Amino acid sequence: MRPFTFVRAIDADQAVAGYAREPEWAMYLGGGTNLVDLMRLGVAEPGLLIDVTRLPYDRVEEAPGGGLRIGAAVRNSDLAADPAVRRDYPVLAAALLAGASGQLRNQATVGGNLLQRTRCGYFQDVTKPCNKRRSGSGCPAVEGDHRNLAILGHSEHCVATHPSDMAVALTALGATVHVRGRAGERIVPMPGLHRLPGDEPDRDTVLDPGDLITAVELPPLELAARSRYRKVRERASFAFALVSVAAALDAEDGAVRDCRIALGGVAHVPWRAEAAEEELRGGPATDDAFRAAADAELAAARPLRDNGYKVPLARELIVRTLAELRDGTGADASGGTP
Amino acid sequence: MRVELTVNGEPQVADDVWEGESLLYVLRERLGLPGAKNACEQGECGSCTVYLDGTVVCACLVAAGQAEGAEVVTVEGLADGDALDPVQRAFLDAGAVQCGFCTPGLVVAVHDLLARTPDPAEADVREALAGNLCRCTGYEHILAAVRLAAERGGEGRS
Amino acid sequence: MTTDIERVTGTALDRVEGRDKVTGLARYAYEYPADDIAYVVPVPAAIARGTITGIDPGDALAVPGVLTVLSFRNAPPLAGNDPELRIFSSDRVSYRGQMVAAVVADTLEAAAEAARLVHVGYDAEPHDVLLRPDHPEAYVPEKVNPSFPAVSEQGDVEAALGDAAVTVDTTYTTPAYHNNAMEPHATLAVWSGDRLTAYDSNQGSSTARDMLAAAFGLEPGQVRVVSPHVGGGFGSKGTPRPQIVLAALAARAVGRPAKVALTRQHMFAVTGYRTPSIQRVRLGADASGRMTALAHEVEEQTSTLKEFAEQTAVPSRMMYAAPNRLTTHRVVALDVATPSWMRAPGECPGMYALESAMDELAVACGLDPIELRVRNEPEEDPESGLPWSSRNVVACLREGAAWFGWAGRDPAPGVRRDGRWLVGTGVAASTYPARRRPSEATARATADGRFTVRIAAADIGTGSRTALTQIAADALGVPPERVDVRIGDSALPTASLAGGSMGTASWGSAVAMACVRLRERLDGAGGEVPEDGIEARYDTADDIKADAAYARHAFGAQFAEVRVDPGTGEIRVPRLLGVFAAGRIINAKTARSQFIGGMTMGLAMALLEESVPDAEFGGFLNHDLAQYHVPANADVANIDARWIEEDDPHLNPMGSKGIGEIGIVGTAAAIGNAVHHATGVRFRDLPIRPDRVLDRAPQIGGRNL
Repeated sequence: MRPFTFVRAIDADQAVAGYAREPEWAMYLGGGTNLVDLMRLGVAEPGLLIDVTRLPYDRVEEAPGGGLRIGAAVRNSDLAADPAVRRDYPVLAAALLAGASGQLRNQATVGGNLLQRTRCGYFQDVTKPCNKRRSGSGCPAVEGDHRNLAILGHSEHCVATHPSDMAVALTALGATVHVRGRAGERIVPMPGLHRLPGDEPDRDTVLDPGDLITAVELPPLELAARSRYRKVRERASFAFALVSVAAALDAEDGAVRDCRIALGGVAHVPWRAEAAEEELRGGPATDDAFRAAADAELAAARPLRDNGYKVPLARELIVRTLAELRDGTGADASGGTP
Repeated sequence: MRVELTVNGEPQVADDVWEGESLLYVLRERLGLPGAKNACEQGECGSCTVYLDGTVVCACLVAAGQAEGAEVVTVEGLADGDALDPVQRAFLDAGAVQCGFCTPGLVVAVHDLLARTPDPAEADVREALAGNLCRCTGYEHILAAVRLAAERGGEGRS
Repeated sequence: MTTDIERVTGTALDRVEGRDKVTGLARYAYEYPADDIAYVVPVPAAIARGTITGIDPGDALAVPGVLTVLSFRNAPPLAGNDPELRIFSSDRVSYRGQMVAAVVADTLEAAAEAARLVHVGYDAEPHDVLLRPDHPEAYVPEKVNPSFPAVSEQGDVEAALGDAAVTVDTTYTTPAYHNNAMEPHATLAVWSGDRLTAYDSNQGSSTARDMLAAAFGLEPGQVRVVSPHVGGGFGSKGTPRPQIVLAALAARAVGRPAKVALTRQHMFAVTGYRTPSIQRVRLGADASGRMTALAHEVEEQTSTLKEFAEQTAVPSRMMYAAPNRLTTHRVVALDVATPSWMRAPGECPGMYALESAMDELAVACGLDPIELRVRNEPEEDPESGLPWSSRNVVACLREGAAWFGWAGRDPAPGVRRDGRWLVGTGVAASTYPARRRPSEATARATADGRFTVRIAAADIGTGSRTALTQIAADALGVPPERVDVRIGDSALPTASLAGGSMGTASWGSAVAMACVRLRERLDGAGGEVPEDGIEARYDTADDIKADAAYARHAFGAQFAEVRVDPGTGEIRVPRLLGVFAAGRIINAKTARSQFIGGMTMGLAMALLEESVPDAEFGGFLNHDLAQYHVPANADVANIDARWIEEDDPHLNPMGSKGIGEIGIVGTAAAIGNAVHHATGVRFRDLPIRPDRVLDRAPQIGGRNL
């Protein structure tokens, strides 16, 4: 690991100011579950590491306008166990628990989870080219190993996927991300925090260098009480999603009043399925309608040579999850052993 | 840098710690506590599981500086002298140990699981221990050890 | 001394070193103390084939704490006959990840950082790392491991297939697999003058000592390898690995103790793996299901460094009766690391193909797959003509069928549904040879009433230390608490490797006989132990040479229930049962865990594990535990292992067959056969992952949506 300076920030101003002094080399450190690994792999090479886990952002509290304000330093396991999250936003609790392992959830913070990097094997191997790691070096995944990579929104420069489960739920819920930067505080909506690779795959998000995530705010959203997360992965647990879906549904008298759908494992961003939502709102809450909505969303899919399976998988998960929400069945969100 | 922390109830000081070292490295190479194992150094196997301020973490991913001032408990700190912790006893009795390399991390993880959930359902155990890979046992005897320890409850050390 | 105490072999004695392991006190190779240890980090090659044009250690040497950078430019030449171990011997690169240099430093962090700053220039050449059918470079090796002919023929297979009422002609593929023992390969090397001590993670300290001595031009007596606790091996620590020579080389170069532990990522390059295989199986049978022809033709890979030819078709030489038989192996030398031993080499991949084909034949014949196997049971070893020392595969199948609830199984595939799951069951047979190798042991009685047994055996998690304690206790006629078994040190009497499921049989023979000798000597001394103790030694070499000619194998049957969700491609295995006939079981507790551990690895072979070669850059792509999926706890559900007690007098003093490997044999076939029963689709390429199920979902009947 490249030598660096370690400092522990005690307030946000100090953290942001510290970063501003070494903008080329500074990085914020949350739980470290991804960044420490990337540093060991040589993928991340900060010269200044600013520990932000002791900042006073460790609480989950009611937001001023209703909804929930989640401090950026809240640990994933604490958030998953929070009674308000479990009651009002079950999709978020389920997504958190579907991610990583107990130990990693104990360490990982909300802010760090949002900013984790892709697990594309080429990105993590510094002896191979990768446009995300070294701009212009090429993307071997396009012709190489991309079985688990993107089917939506990718570019010729990058076909990586965003690995977070939590972010998929937050995207479905329309969370906002509170950011403190040199220019003060601002709010970034989700979707909108993460960006598609285009010709700048080295930029995962719209954040500027030195921007510090301080909180995530969930809007008051009644239909979120009926929401769930479903993830398909190669192992029964402790593996990244091949495809996942976060969905919330408000259906009455056989009609969809409102819904939220986001997909994981399919794109460089947690993918809000706006076309599917649009198709569903005001229409019948039937399996046929769910299928049509999934097809509307996936019409844009451009699978690569070896990941065409993700299209029918995403379709199936959308349809099933909506049907289960409508029927109040299939509580087995883990897909575990029957 | 200097890192001061409490390990298994004892205050410890490690000097000349390089910033890039992990808590695991400090424990194993500087403090002479090699109980927590290094098997992947990526948080993917759980062999380095220790308590950090009361919650179990992968020590390989904790930057040394983040452990400053922390309370750490490792597998070496569970037994009381010669008296094994009930979880350790159950691992022995159930035959949950083979090569022993995943064992320290698993013992700590099960210790934590049973402290939080004294009588967990099997599916919950399997999910809770998903972060602790074992290549020898197929987990069956480890599950038996968890059941045994749960049945015995907090019964005394042996 | 009493002789009428209860025998302890066969009981579930607690693991004797268990307490050290649950308390974290058991020391593994990297954890031994020594003064002033230097840390070693190897530099892996960044190309798959070519020549090193330059090594610039300048930036690395400038890192504070760095002591030296080793490479072919400055490392002394090593002797020995394994090119994988003659590190830094030339400027050639034979595979990506091969060690091309190493940094030795005061701290691990300095060594690791400096290793990234060693600038290696390459003249890369085109490489080929992909095994594929009909590879133009494929050839028939002179022999396959360990010393079988590559080709065997009986009768006229082609004619018999032409005449057969029912035939099956299928091709199966298995990918490369990595052993992935939890403990990374690690060594602490300490020189004292021209004497070398290596604390090392291996499957045999005598073997490692002999290799080290050969590599450094020393007498075996100048080298000691200490390995009391080893965190798993599964074959990958049988052949010594380059970290042991690297540690010794580095320690000598800097004049200090030096230690190295490979990273998980680097383990994928330099610690061996199971070759991928392409296996064509052709079976011919008469209308009643009696086989007339069996052909098993295998293609697999080796490296350009040395030939390693896995004996994949060998189980097809003994498993079933068929008057016409052909088995062949062809290998391709690719620009890859040399494949190596992994749990049940030969039998594991070979029986996957054979037992899958048997299931296909059962369907083709309209026979129950158990009945098909019973009908083709050979009376003697078909190719050698030798009698079986014991063969209870039919009993395993029958007993297993009863325990599993096989009776009344509807053979129709793709028709059972439980909610979103398609449900099926499958069966496969398993087998593994029962052999033993020469070993020596001593047994010593001391005046305090205790006994010490010494042998350079290895306990890599198998429970051998415990089993040997039981064997010694019974041979001595004393309770196991009075027996201390010392293993894992080449200073002890020479022993064979922990490999080939031969460990306990080989070491146990020597231990049992040494203990018998000691009892004789004690009896001769009137039962009195002299003040300075009394000792006996035994070498089994002559006994093994005199072993009568029998075909000695363990057998088993594996039963699986699977659930396949055709909409998501998910597969779950709610039930797995293995029934084994492996002679006398010495320790019920450790044996059951060994069987189940093997079955779990077989489950993962069927559904999870695959080392993906990187065609563009060489090496393996998914080289860590995040991307290479060994089973996690939740992948395993109700898994059980049982056994049939055998009384086989032709084996060894214990009457035991090895149990470390047979558990993985047949599991993948049982699961694959159950997947067919569930879905009606044959998946002939492992692993059967969600993407593969989904790609063929249109062929699966009765989808939900």
